[in-house]
Amino acid sequence: MKQSKRNLKRIVSDTNVSVAQRTYIKKYLSMLQTVKIIQLLILIFFLAAWEITTRLNIIDSFVFSSPVKVVDCFLEMAKDGEIFYHIGITLAETFISFALVILIGILVAVLLWWNERVSRVLEPYLVVLNSLPKSALAPVFIVWLGANMKTIIVAAVSVAVFGSIITLYTNFKEVEEDKLKLIRTLGGTKKDILLKVILPSNIPVIISVMKVNIGLSLVGVIIGEFLAAKAGLGYLIIYGSQVFRLDWVIMSIVILCILATILYKVLTWIEKKYNNN
Amino acid sequence: MKEMLSIDRLNYSYHSLNGETQAISDLSFKVYEGEFVAFVGPSGCGKSTLLSLIAGLITPGSGSILINGQEAKEAGKNIGYMLQKDHLLDWRTTFKNLTLGLEIQNKLSKSSYVMINEMLSTYGLINFQNAKPTELSGGMRQRAALIRTLLLEPDILLLDEPFSALDYQTRLEVADDIWGIIHKEKKTAILITHDIGEAISMADRVFVLSERPATIKAEIEINLTIDGIRTPLRARSAPEFTSYFNQIWKELNTNEAIQA
Repeated sequence: MKQSKRNLKRIVSDTNVSVAQRTYIKKYLSMLQTVKIIQLLILIFFLAAWEITTRLNIIDSFVFSSPVKVVDCFLEMAKDGEIFYHIGITLAETFISFALVILIGILVAVLLWWNERVSRVLEPYLVVLNSLPKSALAPVFIVWLGANMKTIIVAAVSVAVFGSIITLYTNFKEVEEDKLKLIRTLGGTKKDILLKVILPSNIPVIISVMKVNIGLSLVGVIIGEFLAAKAGLGYLIIYGSQVFRLDWVIMSIVILCILATILYKVLTWIEKKYNNN
Repeated sequence: MKEMLSIDRLNYSYHSLNGETQAISDLSFKVYEGEFVAFVGPSGCGKSTLLSLIAGLITPGSGSILINGQEAKEAGKNIGYMLQKDHLLDWRTTFKNLTLGLEIQNKLSKSSYVMINEMLSTYGLINFQNAKPTELSGGMRQRAALIRTLLLEPDILLLDEPFSALDYQTRLEVADDIWGIIHKEKKTAILITHDIGEAISMADRVFVLSERPATIKAEIEINLTIDGIRTPLRARSAPEFTSYFNQIWKELNTNEAIQA
Protein backbone atom coordinates (compact mmCIF):
# COMPACT_ATOMS: atom_id res chain seq x y z
CA MET A 1 0.00 0.00 0.00
CA LYS A 2 1.24 3.46 -0.82
CA GLN A 3 1.80 5.58 2.25
CA SER A 4 0.49 9.12 2.31
CA LYS A 5 3.06 11.83 2.88
CA ARG A 6 1.29 13.03 5.99
CA ASN A 7 1.43 9.53 7.42
CA LEU A 8 5.16 9.28 6.73
CA LYS A 9 5.79 12.63 8.41
CA ARG A 10 3.95 11.33 11.46
CA ILE A 11 6.17 8.24 11.55
CA VAL A 12 9.33 10.39 11.56
CA SER A 13 8.33 11.90 14.92
CA ASP A 14 6.99 8.62 16.29
CA THR A 15 9.38 7.34 18.97
CA ASN A 16 7.89 3.85 18.86
CA VAL A 17 9.40 3.36 15.42
CA SER A 18 13.05 2.27 15.28
CA VAL A 19 15.71 4.89 14.57
CA ALA A 20 16.86 3.08 11.42
CA GLN A 21 13.33 3.04 9.98
CA ARG A 22 12.88 6.73 10.83
CA THR A 23 16.17 7.63 9.19
CA TYR A 24 15.12 5.67 6.11
CA ILE A 25 11.82 7.54 5.89
CA LYS A 26 13.50 10.89 6.59
CA LYS A 27 15.86 10.22 3.69
CA TYR A 28 12.93 9.35 1.43
CA LEU A 29 11.05 12.53 2.41
CA SER A 30 14.08 14.72 1.85
CA MET A 31 14.54 13.14 -1.59
CA LEU A 32 10.92 14.06 -2.43
CA GLN A 33 11.57 17.61 -1.24
CA THR A 34 14.71 17.93 -3.35
CA VAL A 35 12.75 16.84 -6.43
CA LYS A 36 10.08 19.48 -5.71
CA ILE A 37 12.70 22.21 -5.25
CA ILE A 38 14.51 21.34 -8.49
CA GLN A 39 11.21 21.30 -10.39
CA LEU A 40 10.41 24.75 -9.06
CA LEU A 41 13.91 26.04 -9.84
CA ILE A 42 13.63 24.90 -13.46
CA LEU A 43 10.36 26.83 -13.82
CA ILE A 44 11.77 29.97 -12.19
CA PHE A 45 14.95 29.78 -14.26
CA PHE A 46 12.97 29.36 -17.48
CA LEU A 47 10.64 32.29 -16.73
CA ALA A 48 13.51 34.53 -15.57
CA ALA A 49 15.64 33.72 -18.64
CA TRP A 50 12.67 34.44 -20.89
CA GLU A 51 11.89 37.76 -19.20
CA ILE A 52 15.52 38.93 -19.03
CA THR A 53 16.41 38.01 -22.62
CA THR A 54 13.41 39.93 -23.92
CA ARG A 55 14.20 42.94 -21.70
CA LEU A 56 17.79 42.96 -23.01
CA ASN A 57 16.46 42.61 -26.56
CA ILE A 58 18.38 39.37 -27.11
CA ILE A 59 15.11 37.90 -28.37
CA ASP A 60 12.29 39.98 -29.78
CA SER A 61 9.42 40.36 -27.31
CA PHE A 62 7.11 41.18 -30.22
CA VAL A 63 7.56 37.62 -31.53
CA PHE A 64 8.29 35.73 -28.31
CA SER A 65 6.18 37.78 -25.90
CA SER A 66 7.37 37.64 -22.26
CA PRO A 67 6.08 36.37 -18.90
CA VAL A 68 5.16 39.85 -17.69
CA LYS A 69 3.39 40.66 -20.96
CA VAL A 70 1.46 37.39 -20.78
CA VAL A 71 0.29 38.15 -17.24
CA ASP A 72 -0.61 41.74 -18.22
CA CYS A 73 -2.51 40.46 -21.21
CA PHE A 74 -4.40 37.98 -19.04
CA LEU A 75 -5.31 40.64 -16.45
CA GLU A 76 -6.51 42.99 -19.16
CA MET A 77 -8.67 40.32 -20.82
CA ALA A 78 -9.93 39.19 -17.42
CA LYS A 79 -11.18 42.71 -16.66
CA ASP A 80 -14.00 42.59 -19.21
CA GLY A 81 -14.36 38.80 -18.77
CA GLU A 82 -13.40 38.13 -22.39
CA ILE A 83 -10.83 35.49 -21.55
CA PHE A 84 -13.29 33.58 -19.41
CA TYR A 85 -15.69 33.52 -22.32
CA HIS A 86 -13.04 31.88 -24.51
CA ILE A 87 -12.06 29.41 -21.79
CA GLY A 88 -15.73 28.59 -21.19
CA ILE A 89 -16.34 27.89 -24.88
CA THR A 90 -13.32 25.57 -25.14
CA LEU A 91 -14.23 23.77 -21.93
CA ALA A 92 -17.87 23.33 -22.96
CA GLU A 93 -16.84 21.92 -26.34
CA THR A 94 -14.35 19.60 -24.64
CA PHE A 95 -16.91 18.29 -22.15
CA ILE A 96 -19.57 17.70 -24.81
CA SER A 97 -17.08 15.85 -27.05
CA PHE A 98 -15.74 13.88 -24.11
CA ALA A 99 -19.23 12.79 -23.04
CA LEU A 100 -20.09 11.81 -26.61
CA VAL A 101 -16.86 9.83 -27.03
CA ILE A 102 -17.49 7.85 -23.84
CA LEU A 103 -21.15 7.24 -24.68
CA ILE A 104 -20.57 6.24 -28.32
CA GLY A 105 -17.46 4.26 -27.34
CA ILE A 106 -19.30 2.14 -24.78
CA LEU A 107 -22.40 1.67 -26.96
CA VAL A 108 -20.47 0.57 -30.03
CA ALA A 109 -18.13 -1.67 -28.00
CA VAL A 110 -21.18 -3.36 -26.45
CA LEU A 111 -22.69 -3.84 -29.91
CA LEU A 112 -19.46 -5.40 -31.21
CA TRP A 113 -19.25 -7.66 -28.15
CA TRP A 114 -22.88 -8.66 -28.52
CA ASN A 115 -22.64 -9.68 -32.13
CA GLU A 116 -19.46 -11.29 -33.35
CA ARG A 117 -20.47 -11.04 -36.99
CA VAL A 118 -20.86 -7.26 -36.73
CA SER A 119 -17.45 -6.99 -35.09
CA ARG A 120 -15.83 -9.07 -37.82
CA VAL A 121 -17.48 -6.97 -40.53
CA LEU A 122 -16.48 -3.65 -38.97
CA GLU A 123 -12.95 -4.59 -37.91
CA PRO A 124 -11.03 -3.35 -40.98
CA TYR A 125 -13.01 -0.10 -41.05
CA LEU A 126 -12.25 0.57 -37.40
CA VAL A 127 -8.55 -0.11 -37.92
CA VAL A 128 -8.38 2.27 -40.90
CA LEU A 129 -10.38 5.01 -39.18
CA ASN A 130 -8.31 4.66 -36.02
CA SER A 131 -4.98 5.05 -37.82
CA LEU A 132 -6.15 7.89 -40.10
CA PRO A 133 -4.86 11.31 -38.93
CA LYS A 134 -8.19 12.84 -37.96
CA SER A 135 -6.99 16.41 -38.56
CA ALA A 136 -7.21 15.53 -42.25
CA LEU A 137 -10.96 15.17 -41.84
CA ALA A 138 -11.53 18.58 -40.23
CA PRO A 139 -11.72 20.57 -43.50
CA VAL A 140 -14.27 18.06 -44.80
CA PHE A 141 -16.40 18.52 -41.71
CA ILE A 142 -16.38 22.31 -42.27
CA VAL A 143 -17.71 21.86 -45.77
CA TRP A 144 -20.36 19.39 -44.62
CA LEU A 145 -21.41 20.98 -41.35
CA GLY A 146 -20.38 24.64 -41.67
CA ALA A 147 -17.93 26.68 -39.61
CA ASN A 148 -19.60 26.26 -36.25
CA MET A 149 -19.53 24.39 -32.96
CA LYS A 150 -21.03 21.27 -34.56
CA THR A 151 -17.92 20.85 -36.71
CA ILE A 152 -15.62 21.33 -33.72
CA ILE A 153 -17.41 18.69 -31.68
CA VAL A 154 -17.55 16.21 -34.55
CA ALA A 155 -13.84 16.76 -35.18
CA ALA A 156 -13.01 16.23 -31.49
CA VAL A 157 -15.17 13.11 -31.27
CA SER A 158 -13.53 11.67 -34.39
CA VAL A 159 -10.09 12.07 -32.81
CA ALA A 160 -10.88 9.95 -29.76
CA VAL A 161 -13.80 7.67 -30.52
CA PHE A 162 -12.24 4.93 -32.66
CA GLY A 163 -9.41 4.21 -30.27
CA SER A 164 -11.89 4.07 -27.39
CA ILE A 165 -14.10 1.58 -29.19
CA ILE A 166 -11.17 -0.70 -29.94
CA THR A 167 -9.76 -0.54 -26.40
CA LEU A 168 -13.13 -1.17 -24.75
CA TYR A 169 -14.09 -3.99 -27.11
CA THR A 170 -10.73 -5.73 -26.63
CA ASN A 171 -11.16 -5.57 -22.85
CA PHE A 172 -14.78 -6.75 -23.00
CA LYS A 173 -13.58 -9.83 -24.87
CA GLU A 174 -10.86 -10.57 -22.32
CA VAL A 175 -13.20 -11.21 -19.40
CA GLU A 176 -12.57 -14.70 -18.02
CA GLU A 177 -14.63 -17.34 -19.82
CA ASP A 178 -15.61 -19.04 -16.54
CA LYS A 179 -17.16 -15.83 -15.22
CA LEU A 180 -19.52 -15.91 -18.20
CA LYS A 181 -20.20 -19.60 -17.53
CA LEU A 182 -21.04 -18.74 -13.92
CA ILE A 183 -23.81 -16.39 -15.01
CA ARG A 184 -25.15 -19.04 -17.37
CA THR A 185 -25.14 -21.69 -14.63
CA LEU A 186 -27.17 -19.28 -12.51
CA GLY A 187 -29.72 -19.18 -15.32
CA GLY A 188 -28.61 -15.85 -16.79
CA THR A 189 -28.86 -14.67 -20.40
CA LYS A 190 -26.44 -12.68 -22.51
CA LYS A 191 -28.00 -9.49 -21.12
CA ASP A 192 -27.20 -10.64 -17.57
CA ILE A 193 -23.62 -11.41 -18.61
CA LEU A 194 -23.30 -7.88 -19.98
CA LEU A 195 -24.85 -6.11 -16.99
CA LYS A 196 -23.52 -8.28 -14.16
CA VAL A 197 -20.04 -9.12 -15.41
CA ILE A 198 -18.77 -7.40 -18.55
CA LEU A 199 -19.62 -3.79 -17.66
CA PRO A 200 -18.89 -3.85 -13.92
CA SER A 201 -15.60 -5.70 -14.36
CA ASN A 202 -14.54 -3.13 -16.95
CA ILE A 203 -15.15 0.01 -14.91
CA PRO A 204 -11.40 0.45 -14.29
CA VAL A 205 -10.82 0.15 -18.04
CA ILE A 206 -13.57 2.68 -18.73
CA ILE A 207 -11.97 5.11 -16.30
CA SER A 208 -8.55 4.70 -17.89
CA VAL A 209 -10.09 5.23 -21.34
CA MET A 210 -11.68 8.41 -19.93
CA LYS A 211 -8.27 9.56 -18.72
CA VAL A 212 -6.82 9.25 -22.19
CA ASN A 213 -9.87 10.76 -23.83
CA ILE A 214 -10.12 13.95 -21.84
CA GLY A 215 -6.73 14.92 -23.29
CA LEU A 216 -7.62 13.73 -26.79
CA SER A 217 -10.92 15.63 -26.70
CA LEU A 218 -9.03 18.80 -25.89
CA VAL A 219 -6.65 18.14 -28.80
CA GLY A 220 -9.63 17.61 -31.13
CA VAL A 221 -11.39 20.75 -29.91
CA ILE A 222 -8.29 22.89 -30.51
CA ILE A 223 -7.86 21.43 -34.02
CA GLY A 224 -11.52 22.23 -34.66
CA GLU A 225 -11.22 25.73 -33.28
CA PHE A 226 -8.18 26.43 -35.47
CA LEU A 227 -10.34 25.92 -38.52
CA ALA A 228 -13.92 26.68 -37.69
CA ALA A 229 -14.38 28.92 -34.67
CA LYS A 230 -15.27 32.42 -33.67
CA ALA A 231 -14.39 31.88 -30.04
CA GLY A 232 -12.36 29.60 -27.80
CA LEU A 233 -8.67 29.23 -26.96
CA GLY A 234 -7.87 27.57 -30.30
CA TYR A 235 -9.47 30.51 -32.08
CA LEU A 236 -7.47 32.92 -29.93
CA ILE A 237 -4.23 31.14 -30.85
CA ILE A 238 -4.90 31.22 -34.60
CA TYR A 239 -6.33 34.75 -34.59
CA GLY A 240 -3.50 36.03 -32.40
CA SER A 241 -0.84 34.58 -34.70
CA GLN A 242 -2.53 36.12 -37.74
CA VAL A 243 -2.69 39.64 -36.28
CA PHE A 244 0.69 39.28 -34.57
CA ARG A 245 -0.66 39.44 -31.03
CA LEU A 246 1.76 36.83 -29.70
CA ASP A 247 0.72 37.70 -26.15
CA TRP A 248 -2.66 36.14 -26.90
CA VAL A 249 -1.09 33.06 -28.41
CA ILE A 250 1.34 32.38 -25.58
CA MET A 251 -1.25 33.17 -22.92
CA SER A 252 -3.73 30.76 -24.52
CA ILE A 253 -1.10 28.03 -24.62
CA VAL A 254 -0.29 28.56 -20.95
CA ILE A 255 -3.99 28.40 -20.07
CA LEU A 256 -4.32 25.19 -22.12
CA CYS A 257 -1.44 23.65 -20.17
CA ILE A 258 -3.21 24.45 -16.92
CA LEU A 259 -6.61 23.24 -18.16
CA ALA A 260 -5.21 19.94 -19.45
CA THR A 261 -3.48 19.32 -16.13
CA ILE A 262 -6.59 20.10 -14.09
CA LEU A 263 -8.84 17.87 -16.23
CA TYR A 264 -6.36 14.99 -15.99
CA LYS A 265 -6.02 15.45 -12.23
CA VAL A 266 -9.81 15.37 -11.82
CA LEU A 267 -9.97 11.99 -13.56
CA THR A 268 -7.00 10.66 -11.59
CA TRP A 269 -8.91 11.69 -8.47
CA ILE A 270 -12.04 9.84 -9.66
CA GLU A 271 -9.94 6.76 -10.39
CA LYS A 272 -8.43 6.87 -6.91
CA LYS A 273 -11.87 7.29 -5.36
CA TYR A 274 -13.11 4.23 -7.25
CA ASN A 275 -10.10 2.09 -6.35
CA ASN A 276 -10.43 2.94 -2.66
CA ASN A 277 -14.00 1.74 -2.67
CA MET B 1 -35.62 -44.56 -4.10
CA LYS B 2 -36.70 -41.81 -6.44
CA GLU B 3 -34.71 -41.41 -9.64
CA MET B 4 -33.28 -37.90 -9.75
CA LEU B 5 -31.15 -38.04 -12.86
CA SER B 6 -31.23 -40.58 -15.63
CA ILE B 7 -28.76 -40.45 -18.47
CA ASP B 8 -29.20 -42.78 -21.38
CA ARG B 9 -26.73 -43.49 -24.22
CA LEU B 10 -25.35 -39.96 -24.18
CA ASN B 11 -23.01 -38.80 -26.97
CA TYR B 12 -21.34 -35.46 -27.45
CA SER B 13 -18.72 -34.11 -29.84
CA TYR B 14 -16.89 -30.78 -29.98
CA HIS B 15 -16.45 -29.09 -33.31
CA SER B 16 -13.50 -26.88 -34.14
CA LEU B 17 -11.80 -25.85 -37.38
CA ASN B 18 -9.20 -28.54 -36.72
CA GLY B 19 -11.85 -31.21 -36.72
CA GLU B 20 -14.27 -33.06 -34.55
CA THR B 21 -13.44 -34.37 -31.06
CA GLN B 22 -15.70 -36.93 -29.47
CA ALA B 23 -15.88 -36.05 -25.78
CA ILE B 24 -18.53 -38.46 -24.54
CA SER B 25 -19.46 -41.81 -25.98
CA ASP B 26 -22.51 -43.90 -25.14
CA LEU B 27 -22.65 -42.91 -21.48
CA SER B 28 -25.50 -44.18 -19.29
CA PHE B 29 -26.08 -43.94 -15.54
CA LYS B 30 -28.66 -43.05 -12.92
CA VAL B 31 -28.50 -40.96 -9.75
CA TYR B 32 -31.08 -41.28 -6.98
CA GLU B 33 -32.51 -38.61 -4.72
CA GLY B 34 -30.21 -37.55 -1.88
CA GLU B 35 -27.26 -39.49 -3.27
CA PHE B 36 -23.71 -38.20 -3.48
CA VAL B 37 -22.06 -39.52 -6.62
CA ALA B 38 -18.46 -38.92 -7.71
CA PHE B 39 -16.82 -39.25 -11.10
CA VAL B 40 -13.10 -39.82 -11.37
CA GLY B 41 -11.19 -39.93 -14.60
CA PRO B 42 -7.98 -38.82 -16.27
CA SER B 43 -7.74 -35.08 -16.98
CA GLY B 44 -9.23 -33.99 -20.27
CA CYS B 45 -11.50 -37.02 -20.44
CA GLY B 46 -14.70 -35.01 -20.81
CA LYS B 47 -15.78 -34.75 -17.18
CA SER B 48 -16.59 -31.07 -17.34
CA THR B 49 -18.43 -31.59 -20.61
CA LEU B 50 -20.67 -34.07 -18.82
CA LEU B 51 -21.60 -31.47 -16.22
CA SER B 52 -22.22 -28.80 -18.86
CA LEU B 53 -24.60 -31.25 -20.56
CA ILE B 54 -26.47 -32.00 -17.33
CA ALA B 55 -26.70 -28.28 -16.58
CA GLY B 56 -28.23 -27.73 -20.01
CA LEU B 57 -25.49 -25.35 -21.08
CA ILE B 58 -24.83 -27.45 -24.16
CA THR B 59 -27.10 -29.80 -26.12
CA PRO B 60 -26.32 -33.52 -26.42
CA GLY B 61 -25.45 -34.91 -29.85
CA SER B 62 -27.68 -37.89 -29.12
CA GLY B 63 -29.10 -39.70 -26.13
CA SER B 64 -31.21 -38.33 -23.31
CA ILE B 65 -30.76 -36.58 -19.99
CA LEU B 66 -33.81 -36.71 -17.73
CA ILE B 67 -33.94 -34.75 -14.48
CA ASN B 68 -36.97 -35.67 -12.37
CA GLY B 69 -38.34 -37.15 -15.57
CA GLN B 70 -37.91 -33.85 -17.44
CA GLU B 71 -35.57 -33.02 -20.32
CA ALA B 72 -32.37 -31.30 -19.06
CA LYS B 73 -33.00 -28.20 -21.18
CA GLU B 74 -36.26 -27.44 -19.42
CA ALA B 75 -35.05 -28.49 -16.01
CA GLY B 76 -31.86 -26.39 -16.48
CA LYS B 77 -32.75 -23.89 -13.80
CA ASN B 78 -33.11 -26.59 -11.13
CA ILE B 79 -29.43 -27.40 -11.39
CA GLY B 80 -26.81 -25.82 -9.17
CA TYR B 81 -23.33 -25.72 -10.65
CA MET B 82 -20.15 -25.09 -8.69
CA LEU B 83 -17.17 -24.24 -10.84
CA GLN B 84 -13.50 -24.98 -10.12
CA LYS B 85 -12.92 -21.49 -8.81
CA ASP B 86 -15.46 -19.66 -6.67
CA HIS B 87 -15.66 -16.73 -9.12
CA LEU B 88 -17.01 -14.38 -6.50
CA LEU B 89 -17.23 -10.99 -8.18
CA ASP B 90 -14.65 -8.64 -6.64
CA TRP B 91 -16.73 -5.51 -7.09
CA ARG B 92 -19.64 -6.85 -5.05
CA THR B 93 -19.78 -7.40 -1.31
CA THR B 94 -20.10 -10.98 -0.09
CA PHE B 95 -23.81 -10.43 0.49
CA LYS B 96 -24.35 -9.02 -3.00
CA ASN B 97 -22.44 -11.99 -4.42
CA LEU B 98 -24.85 -14.38 -2.74
CA THR B 99 -27.87 -12.63 -4.22
CA LEU B 100 -26.44 -12.76 -7.76
CA GLY B 101 -28.37 -15.86 -8.83
CA LEU B 102 -31.62 -14.65 -7.28
CA GLU B 103 -31.16 -11.26 -8.96
CA ILE B 104 -30.68 -12.91 -12.33
CA GLN B 105 -33.76 -15.08 -11.92
CA ASN B 106 -35.79 -12.18 -10.49
CA LYS B 107 -36.47 -14.14 -7.32
CA LEU B 108 -35.08 -11.63 -4.85
CA SER B 109 -37.76 -11.00 -2.22
CA LYS B 110 -38.08 -10.13 1.47
CA SER B 111 -38.17 -13.83 2.35
CA SER B 112 -34.93 -14.48 0.49
CA TYR B 113 -33.17 -11.93 2.70
CA VAL B 114 -34.33 -13.89 5.75
CA MET B 115 -33.05 -17.08 4.15
CA ILE B 116 -29.69 -15.54 3.25
CA ASN B 117 -29.18 -14.23 6.77
CA GLU B 118 -30.01 -17.64 8.17
CA MET B 119 -27.47 -19.33 5.88
CA LEU B 120 -24.85 -16.69 6.58
CA SER B 121 -25.07 -17.27 10.32
CA THR B 122 -25.32 -21.07 10.00
CA TYR B 123 -22.20 -21.22 7.88
CA GLY B 124 -20.13 -18.61 9.72
CA LEU B 125 -20.16 -15.78 7.24
CA ILE B 126 -22.51 -13.37 8.99
CA ASN B 127 -19.70 -11.05 10.09
CA PHE B 128 -18.34 -10.93 6.57
CA GLN B 129 -21.50 -10.11 4.68
CA ASN B 130 -20.36 -6.56 3.90
CA ALA B 131 -16.74 -7.53 3.26
CA LYS B 132 -15.33 -7.72 -0.25
CA PRO B 133 -14.54 -11.30 -1.40
CA THR B 134 -10.81 -10.45 -1.35
CA GLU B 135 -11.01 -10.27 2.44
CA LEU B 136 -12.32 -13.85 2.77
CA SER B 137 -10.18 -16.97 3.20
CA GLY B 138 -10.17 -19.67 0.52
CA GLY B 139 -12.56 -21.84 2.52
CA MET B 140 -14.95 -18.99 3.21
CA ARG B 141 -15.00 -18.13 -0.47
CA GLN B 142 -15.99 -21.69 -1.40
CA ARG B 143 -18.70 -21.67 1.25
CA ALA B 144 -20.02 -18.38 -0.11
CA ALA B 145 -20.01 -19.83 -3.63
CA LEU B 146 -21.95 -22.87 -2.40
CA ILE B 147 -24.53 -20.71 -0.60
CA ARG B 148 -24.92 -18.62 -3.77
CA THR B 149 -25.80 -21.86 -5.58
CA LEU B 150 -28.01 -23.31 -2.81
CA LEU B 151 -30.14 -20.16 -2.60
CA LEU B 152 -31.61 -21.10 -5.97
CA GLU B 153 -32.85 -24.30 -4.31
CA PRO B 154 -31.47 -26.66 -6.94
CA ASP B 155 -32.61 -30.30 -7.20
CA ILE B 156 -29.12 -31.43 -8.13
CA LEU B 157 -25.75 -29.92 -7.28
CA LEU B 158 -22.93 -30.28 -9.78
CA LEU B 159 -19.43 -29.87 -8.34
CA ASP B 160 -16.73 -29.43 -10.95
CA GLU B 161 -13.49 -30.02 -9.00
CA PRO B 162 -14.55 -27.30 -6.58
CA PHE B 163 -11.51 -27.77 -4.34
CA SER B 164 -8.74 -28.00 -6.92
CA ALA B 165 -7.73 -24.35 -6.53
CA LEU B 166 -7.06 -24.77 -2.79
CA ASP B 167 -3.91 -25.91 -0.99
CA TYR B 168 -4.01 -29.43 0.48
CA GLN B 169 -4.85 -28.59 4.09
CA THR B 170 -7.58 -26.11 3.20
CA ARG B 171 -8.82 -28.61 0.69
CA LEU B 172 -9.51 -31.26 3.33
CA GLU B 173 -11.22 -28.73 5.58
CA VAL B 174 -13.35 -27.26 2.82
CA ALA B 175 -14.33 -30.71 1.54
CA ASP B 176 -15.57 -31.51 5.05
CA ASP B 177 -17.36 -28.19 5.21
CA ILE B 178 -19.04 -28.39 1.83
CA TRP B 179 -19.97 -32.04 2.27
CA GLY B 180 -21.56 -31.16 5.61
CA ILE B 181 -23.61 -28.38 4.07
CA ILE B 182 -24.78 -30.54 1.17
CA HIS B 183 -25.66 -33.34 3.58
CA LYS B 184 -27.53 -31.00 5.91
CA GLU B 185 -29.52 -29.48 3.05
CA LYS B 186 -30.24 -33.04 1.80
CA LYS B 187 -29.15 -32.30 -1.75
CA THR B 188 -28.38 -34.73 -4.52
CA ALA B 189 -24.81 -34.05 -5.65
CA ILE B 190 -22.51 -35.05 -8.47
CA LEU B 191 -18.81 -34.43 -7.86
CA ILE B 192 -16.18 -34.49 -10.52
CA THR B 193 -12.59 -34.88 -9.43
CA HIS B 194 -9.27 -36.46 -10.36
CA ASP B 195 -8.48 -36.98 -6.66
CA ILE B 196 -9.36 -40.60 -5.80
CA GLY B 197 -9.26 -40.02 -2.06
CA GLU B 198 -11.62 -37.11 -2.35
CA ALA B 199 -14.09 -39.21 -4.33
CA ILE B 200 -14.09 -42.10 -1.83
CA SER B 201 -14.31 -39.86 1.21
CA MET B 202 -17.28 -37.88 -0.07
CA ALA B 203 -19.35 -40.16 -2.30
CA ASP B 204 -21.85 -42.97 -1.89
CA ARG B 205 -20.96 -44.27 -5.34
CA VAL B 206 -17.94 -43.67 -7.53
CA PHE B 207 -17.89 -43.94 -11.32
CA VAL B 208 -14.57 -44.38 -13.06
CA LEU B 209 -14.43 -42.80 -16.50
CA SER B 210 -12.22 -43.85 -19.38
CA GLU B 211 -9.91 -41.69 -21.49
CA ARG B 212 -11.65 -39.46 -24.00
CA PRO B 213 -14.25 -40.16 -25.36
CA ALA B 214 -15.56 -40.67 -21.84
CA THR B 215 -17.51 -43.77 -21.06
CA ILE B 216 -18.09 -45.55 -17.75
CA LYS B 217 -15.32 -48.06 -16.94
CA ALA B 218 -16.52 -49.11 -13.51
CA GLU B 219 -19.09 -48.35 -10.88
CA ILE B 220 -18.06 -48.78 -7.26
CA GLU B 221 -20.40 -48.64 -4.29
CA ILE B 222 -18.69 -47.13 -1.24
CA ASN B 223 -19.50 -48.72 2.11
CA LEU B 224 -17.27 -47.53 4.90
CA THR B 225 -17.16 -48.56 8.54
CA ILE B 226 -17.00 -45.32 10.47
CA ASP B 227 -17.29 -44.64 14.20
CA GLY B 228 -19.95 -42.01 14.72
CA ILE B 229 -21.28 -39.72 12.01
CA ARG B 230 -19.67 -39.93 8.61
CA THR B 231 -17.60 -36.96 7.47
CA PRO B 232 -15.12 -36.93 4.58
CA LEU B 233 -12.22 -36.57 7.00
CA ARG B 234 -13.31 -39.54 9.15
CA ALA B 235 -14.01 -41.55 6.00
CA ARG B 236 -10.34 -41.32 5.17
CA SER B 237 -9.42 -43.41 8.22
CA ALA B 238 -12.03 -46.12 7.56
CA PRO B 239 -10.46 -49.59 7.16
CA GLU B 240 -11.95 -50.08 3.67
CA PHE B 241 -10.52 -46.78 2.36
CA THR B 242 -7.22 -48.20 1.08
CA SER B 243 -8.76 -51.12 -0.75
CA TYR B 244 -11.25 -48.81 -2.50
CA PHE B 245 -8.34 -46.55 -3.36
CA ASN B 246 -6.38 -49.42 -4.88
CA GLN B 247 -9.39 -50.68 -6.78
CA ILE B 248 -10.06 -47.27 -8.37
CA TRP B 249 -6.37 -46.72 -8.99
CA LYS B 250 -6.20 -50.00 -10.87
CA GLU B 251 -9.27 -49.14 -12.94
CA LEU B 252 -7.73 -45.79 -13.89
CA ASN B 253 -4.42 -47.37 -14.83
CA THR B 254 -5.93 -50.02 -17.07
CA ASN B 255 -7.20 -47.03 -19.03
CA GLU B 256 -3.70 -45.75 -19.47
CA ALA B 257 -2.46 -49.19 -20.50
CA ILE B 258 -5.08 -49.28 -23.24
CA GLN B 259 -4.05 -45.82 -24.40
CA ALA B 260 -0.36 -46.83 -24.54
